[in-house]
Amino acid sequence: MQIPYRPLALAALAIGFFVLVLGRAQAGGGNYYTPVADAVVKAECGSCHLAFSPAMLPASSWKRMMGELQNHFGEDASVDAATAATIEAYLTANAADTGGRTHSRKLLRGVSLASAPQRISELPKWVDEHRKVAAWEWTSKEVRSKSNCVACHRDAERGFYED
Amino acid sequence: MQAKFSAIFLASTLVWSLSSAAVAGPREDQLAQYAVAAKAENPAFTAFSAQRGKTLHNQKFSTGKPDTPSCTSCHGTNPLAAGKNATGKVIDAVAVSATPTRYTDPAKVEKWFKRNCNDVLGRACSAVEKGDWLTYVLSL
Repeated sequence: MQIPYRPLALAALAIGFFVLVLGRAQAGGGNYYTPVADAVVKAECGSCHLAFSPAMLPASSWKRMMGELQNHFGEDASVDAATAATIEAYLTANAADTGGRTHSRKLLRGVSLASAPQRISELPKWVDEHRKVAAWEWTSKEVRSKSNCVACHRDAERGFYED
Repeated sequence: MQAKFSAIFLASTLVWSLSSAAVAGPREDQLAQYAVAAKAENPAFTAFSAQRGKTLHNQKFSTGKPDTPSCTSCHGTNPLAAGKNATGKVIDAVAVSATPTRYTDPAKVEKWFKRNCNDVLGRACSAVEKGDWLTYVLSL
């Protein structure tokens, strides 16, 4: 049997090309963050605001936040020990530098993992993306705060953050 | 004669106890617990009042957080309509008639009393206040 070297080489080249070019292709244009899938996490963390995707902050951030729940941005958000353990396990397993890695590459740019940032809205990439939003818009009745993603990102609960 | 009387007495007791059991649910149980605690706080306590609950709900306090001087700050002025909290999240109406699934989980009720009373009043709510407020939202 004669080995068809040229077709094989061309096929390898074509496959290589597509892997390189399409390998980084993502549904949602790269602005997709896996929504919270755990019912307990969604209920507790979503009781006052959108349950933010764990892929938006590194594991160190979630760990720190769970340890300071009694002072959660000025509120006492503490829960019982069992629930807290469940939540922390889920968040750290799906964080930006762990399970949520495929989505968070851009968001983690310029972020020091050791600093354990607490506010998604202070991440350099977030600030960049939202530069076009005027200061007065944040305090308007429809929006109210920077943590109110769904005010503009209608599909945020499903993980999509297109304009 | 004696046997007949006993039989009637037994039957009526059974009906009474069964009907209480059918009526008693998690909400009633929690209210009963608050009533016991209220009595312990103040021996002069007799019953909860929806009117007092309404007053509590609408009252403006200066002892809590400045952004939330009243329950209505987040729950809105109409208890039959949805409210909105500081982050923009919609809160289902507090009236049971509007949101029938509410107040069936005592732990959840306690959790929110703890958080919200602290925010609005700057302290924990007393058993009387909790019972009054629950009675109010159950009556709407």
